Amino acid sequence: MADHPTKDETADVKGAGDYKYGFITDVDADTAPKGLNEGIIAFISAKKNEPLFMLNRRLEAYRRWQVMKEPHWANFQYAPIDYQDLCYYSAPKKKAGLSSMEEVDQEVVKTFEKLGIPLGEQKRLAGVAVDAVFDSVSVGTTHQKDLEKLGIIFCPISEAVRSRPDLIEKYLGSVVPAGDNFFAALNAAVFTDGSFCYIPPGVRCPVELSTYFRINAKGTGQFERTLIIADKGAYVSYLEGCTAPVRDENQLHAAVVELIALDDAEIKYSTVQNWYAGDKNGKGGIYNFVTKRGKCLGVRSKIAWTQVEAGSAITWKYPGCILMGDDSVGEFYSVALTNNRMDADTGTKMIHIGKNTRSTIIAKGISSDQAHNSYRGLVKIMPGATHARNFSQCDSMLVGNNCSANTFPDIQVQNNTATVEHEATTSRISAEQIFYLQSRGLNKEEAVALVINGFCKEVFRTLPLEFAVEAVRLLEMKLENSVG
Amino acid sequence: MLKIKDLYASVNGNQILKGLNLEVNAGEVHAVMGPNGSGKSTFSKVIAGHPQYSIDSGCVELEINGQMTDIKGMTPDERAREGFFLAFQYPVEIPGVPTSEFLRAAYNAVGRHHGIEALDPIDFDAFIRTRMKVLQMDNKYIDRAVNVDFSGGEKKRNEILQMAVLNPRMAILDETDSGLDVDSMKIVAHGVNSLRTRHNAMVVITHYQRLLDYIKPDIVHILYNGRIIKTGGPGLALEVENKGYDWLIK
Repeated sequence: MADHPTKDETADVKGAGDYKYGFITDVDADTAPKGLNEGIIAFISAKKNEPLFMLNRRLEAYRRWQVMKEPHWANFQYAPIDYQDLCYYSAPKKKAGLSSMEEVDQEVVKTFEKLGIPLGEQKRLAGVAVDAVFDSVSVGTTHQKDLEKLGIIFCPISEAVRSRPDLIEKYLGSVVPAGDNFFAALNAAVFTDGSFCYIPPGVRCPVELSTYFRINAKGTGQFERTLIIADKGAYVSYLEGCTAPVRDENQLHAAVVELIALDDAEIKYSTVQNWYAGDKNGKGGIYNFVTKRGKCLGVRSKIAWTQVEAGSAITWKYPGCILMGDDSVGEFYSVALTNNRMDADTGTKMIHIGKNTRSTIIAKGISSDQAHNSYRGLVKIMPGATHARNFSQCDSMLVGNNCSANTFPDIQVQNNTATVEHEATTSRISAEQIFYLQSRGLNKEEAVALVINGFCKEVFRTLPLEFAVEAVRLLEMKLENSVG
Repeated sequence: MLKIKDLYASVNGNQILKGLNLEVNAGEVHAVMGPNGSGKSTFSKVIAGHPQYSIDSGCVELEINGQMTDIKGMTPDERAREGFFLAFQYPVEIPGVPTSEFLRAAYNAVGRHHGIEALDPIDFDAFIRTRMKVLQMDNKYIDRAVNVDFSGGEKKRNEILQMAVLNPRMAILDETDSGLDVDSMKIVAHGVNSLRTRHNAMVVITHYQRLLDYIKPDIVHILYNGRIIKTGGPGLALEVENKGYDWLIK
């Protein structure tokens, strides 16, 4: 991605440090009153012009959610969230019958340009089709016409609910059902927008599909929903990027992402997450409580998650794969970086159901300042998963003396033909390494970058090139002042 | 090239160097010998600018652009870019970073400072192979992570390879012979000798005379208790080999 310009319209919150996406956009917004009840859900559903089945699903999810308890088993603490004090819908006001990018609020377009995501058709990014989500709505999707020719559907999920209710009804919630967990239930009740992709049989999507999420409004949660379906023999690579303004309150981001791969299909899902992480003292920042899961439904299907988690006050997520189809493959590559007072409890779940299913987990945690970083992973081999194989490698790196790293692997094997390997290491960027590299002419930042790059190499290798460059830069920026 | 005047230096609050004086001119090779704990490694780290070592008084001057310049305020990387090099006694491992990538980053960082165009991986590869030949190093070796799973001899050769890549004007070799068998030592010494010119200088720190059979010094110093207690010609090293240090210390 291009260099993001920095602007001086950054919010007047002090101590945001180097977070350069922290500005607030002043737009005329259409916002629901605070609080959550069946009326608000009906309001959201009506705003989205949804068919009745969708409203019923939302209400059902809401009723489930009401009897569920907010979970607190993760390796961090946070103040209770007052769900009645949140706003569940905020959208920039728009003219009726929006048909082209030119009609989108220019402030919103400018916002995305500042973030390095040009939405105009003339200026669009080469090789990447972008769906831009601003608070609760998708404000524009590029490349749609080119994709249509191949039969690829890439559109806001709110649009898909209306245009392809057949696919939505069949697949939405089929990987992450509403009752899966507290935040998934909340999302199923109030989700506002997100992306929908469908790749028809045998089609290899020629461009990277990308959604860029932006939280702007104050006191608003973002509950987006993404659904990607790769039909038989299809291939798609999908990228997700996220930023939010600097605010001194915590904001909740409770998204759900579902991936479905049919026979011989492959989905590659990459995230570079850079939500605002709070200031040096841990004030403000996003709570990123996300449920991401893929289902390898078909034989020989493959789902690969790559995530670079470098933002959010708290990151709490486990992108996983359910390997149902025989010979299906699940992969998880992760770099999670925490600095200042950030917390991350992240990892993956690999559920082996089909025969000869294979999974690979490479997780790299980097912790500095007073941050906590935990890897938590489940590898489950079900009785029918003969000759299943898993390889897991979890490496932690500590930068400085006041941070911590933990690994919580959970391995359950119910088939004795399975092979499961788990390796874990903890290391530290030492002053000696930095001195050694400096004594060869590299400055301190270059030295740190080289060590971190070496540590994360196996993960960065799996990212699309531009994203890899972006990820390296992001980590360098975050760690600039961390090595004493 | 290097001038050290009445240097007092400490690490973790312990003063190790106590009035060290040393002057090295272009074209010279000096040997610094001394018993354990005499301050040999402290000396090399202070000159390189290790952040844990501090100069209490005195000064260290390096020739920069023809001028003797006090380098006290300079970071280790600034010193390196001005032509100073330290071959480590204990080279550090950098997991995941291929040696070729590290060497190229170092070469380009120093080159950039002198207005030399950066080499891309292909050009650098050709450049590095000629340097490796001198040190009888296998080509596979630069694909391995820096010093990770290297034998003692490979690590020391890697230090000299870095020296060959950066082509410093002033180098300190800190016990480059430790952990080397005779054959490896000959190869390393051959590599070092091939880098000697009239325009650069070296200080070779060693416990033993053996290395000095292969890297012939012009001047030999005996370091004891943080200062140079005796300076002489190559014969001094032989004398120490035969008689030990006791007669010097008294």
